[in-house]
Amino acid sequence: MAIVTTTKGDMDESLLEKREGSLDNDIEHTTWVEYWLEGELVHRSAHVRLKTSPALFAEAASFA
Amino acid sequence: MANTQSMTTSFMGDLLVGAQQLGTVTLTSRGSLTSPTTDTVKAALYLASATVNASTTAYSATGEVTGTNYTAGGVTVTNATAPTSTNSSTTAGVAYWTPSASITYTNVTLTTAFDAVLLYNSSQSNKSISVHTFGSQTVTAGTFTLTMPSNTTSTALIRLATT
Repeated sequence: MAIVTTTKGDMDESLLEKREGSLDNDIEHTTWVEYWLEGELVHRSAHVRLKTSPALFAEAASFA
Repeated sequence: MANTQSMTTSFMGDLLVGAQQLGTVTLTSRGSLTSPTTDTVKAALYLASATVNASTTAYSATGEVTGTNYTAGGVTVTNATAPTSTNSSTTAGVAYWTPSASITYTNVTLTTAFDAVLLYNSSQSNKSISVHTFGSQTVTAGTFTLTMPSNTTSTALIRLATT
């Protein structure tokens, strides 16, 4: 029996409708999970895995 | 052998740890000059409607998310791995750093869409470090987790590079 934290307090997962989704691109891989109770969103968590960020390039000037 | 023009890779690494100072600056004491303590990095979330970018100089509550169990200023970033620098050739190298653990906001409700996190130095007048964006999110009585990329020369969260 899994317990889910919701806006109604802790609830048994079996009482809720579970919806999941994901997003994947060059910047991130994101997943989320939602729990709904009688048409109302009562829990939503998201997990973003950052893949990379642009590097800052440095340069030393020439006297030439 | 020949000499080659380049900013040294170790200098970039020194910038990340504050080991070199080419001008005067007012700092909050880091304990001592010879064995300074590591500054505290924090992570604040910003609304999709906010404006945080390269010109952001310090943390501000303007545009920051608000909601249940979210404290203004965000959370402290786990920083157990010091910045590293490495050469890839005689002319190129990378200095890089990544937080050593995921950034987690636990049991929060953030109903207005947010899409950015600002890393900033709470030990040094909340000076900004970097802004990272992601797909717009909301959280309801749940957890928002930012998992860091691998701490490598090509994927680390913050990279200073010469080519």
